[in-house]
Amino acid sequence: MYNEKVMEVFKNPKNVGEIENPDGIGTVGNASCGDIMQISLKIENDIIVDAKFKTFGCAAAIATSSTATDMIIGMTIDEALKVTNKKVVECLGGLPSQKLHCSVLAEEAIKKAIEDYQAKKNA
Amino acid sequence: MEKKPIYFDHAATTPLCKEALDKMLPYFSEVFGNPNSQHYYGRESVKAVDEARDSIAKIINAKPNEVYFTSGGTEGDNWALRGVAHAYKEKGKHIIISPIEHAAMLTTAKALKKEGFEIEYMKVDEFGFVDLEHLKSIIRKDTIFVGCMMANNEVGTIEPIKEIAQIAHANGSVMFTDAVQAAGVLKIDVKDLGVDLMSMSAHKIYGPKGVGALYIRNGLKVESILTGGHQERMKRGGTTNVAGIVGFSEAFRIAIRDIDKNFEYVSSLRDHFIDRVLSEVPFVKLNGPRENRLPANADFSFQFIEGESILFSLDLAGIAVSSGSACSSGSLEPSHVLLSLGLPEELAHGSIRFSFGKHNTIEEVDYAVDVIKESVQRLREMSPLFKAEGEIKYV
Repeated sequence: MYNEKVMEVFKNPKNVGEIENPDGIGTVGNASCGDIMQISLKIENDIIVDAKFKTFGCAAAIATSSTATDMIIGMTIDEALKVTNKKVVECLGGLPSQKLHCSVLAEEAIKKAIEDYQAKKNA
Repeated sequence: MEKKPIYFDHAATTPLCKEALDKMLPYFSEVFGNPNSQHYYGRESVKAVDEARDSIAKIINAKPNEVYFTSGGTEGDNWALRGVAHAYKEKGKHIIISPIEHAAMLTTAKALKKEGFEIEYMKVDEFGFVDLEHLKSIIRKDTIFVGCMMANNEVGTIEPIKEIAQIAHANGSVMFTDAVQAAGVLKIDVKDLGVDLMSMSAHKIYGPKGVGALYIRNGLKVESILTGGHQERMKRGGTTNVAGIVGFSEAFRIAIRDIDKNFEYVSSLRDHFIDRVLSEVPFVKLNGPRENRLPANADFSFQFIEGESILFSLDLAGIAVSSGSACSSGSLEPSHVLLSLGLPEELAHGSIRFSFGKHNTIEEVDYAVDVIKESVQRLREMSPLFKAEGEIKYV
């Protein structure tokens, strides 16, 4: 059901973990629907210099977490906010239709982490 | 040749045994007649089907004319539930089933609800055993059907079918059991159990896919669901699956011949596996009972991680298992069986079923435990629910 790219990323995911004293952190999903995704960011001058994830979920959720964090490292926060689930899925060469909600979770986690960063900055 | 993955998914299906295959082969081309035909070719096929029916009837202590061949477990479940509901609807519209039935029962029950039947579920305890007192308290004069699987496909619980049947019969209700996981593994005597209908499937016991049987006690009214020609004494239309039936009968014969040996061997693999996992993997819960459990079945919830990701981690390491988690089935709901047993959703999402078979070895089991330890640790390190080990007490 998964393509080779997804399985490869699932096997060797990048950016696993949690940044200490993150500039922004976002957690989305819940245990009852089977997916929880947490993305933490290190941001300097509005540029994402590091991103890490922790995910409770299926292989697709783990693969999209890895790919999404990989995509946003080096981006400005404005660019990162434009990363859609569609782009994450494209980067993985597609996901089975019933797994698309996992990629939405990645998009939401990035947005939430950036919102957290902006809230802290404006505080 | 590339080494094939270790197969620990025998509750899903089993490989066809050599004996059954050999018996089946002539019925694809040499003895190809339609048993409904009057001529020589037809008669040759009839002979094979009759022999199979006699053999299967004898194994379950039924009469040959109480065995109806079907396409498998799903058809048997559908036929029993719909067929009895429709035949007895003047008497009542109340139906009781267990909440841990196979989807073939649960989905059919939902369809009957739309037709105006009332569906009620027996309670099960934390191990999956039916609460007999609860059943007694909900059964009514208008309860026409009581259905409970003989052994659960996900957690392996073997149900007290004889006691359930007594309660059903004391009330004048029809008693059905789905024996798809049990037939060929447990010794079954339909008369002693007191069941009125019982569904079976061939491919769970090293027989072919697409064939099974429904036992229907003589004298019981059951409406047909597959209406057609004169097959199966006019109760089930469709050209007879001669090769499949011959294969089913042979696989069943072999399973019964070796029943004690297989039970003991497969149980020993399973017990060794359960003991090692419980002692070597932290934050793990065995789902289902230790006693009165199918010999092949071990089902675990691994806390803090999700079942499908465990399934694919094991798959990458060359171990084929099944996940009760929603993610692998395409729905967002976790296993209805585990929720019925009272598991919280997070644990219900993190379950994996291992089902062993007669060809598995102790070396394969030991290798699997080593891989599980690694995979579970790796996934937990990725999980936001898992902090440092020891910080979170197992709930």
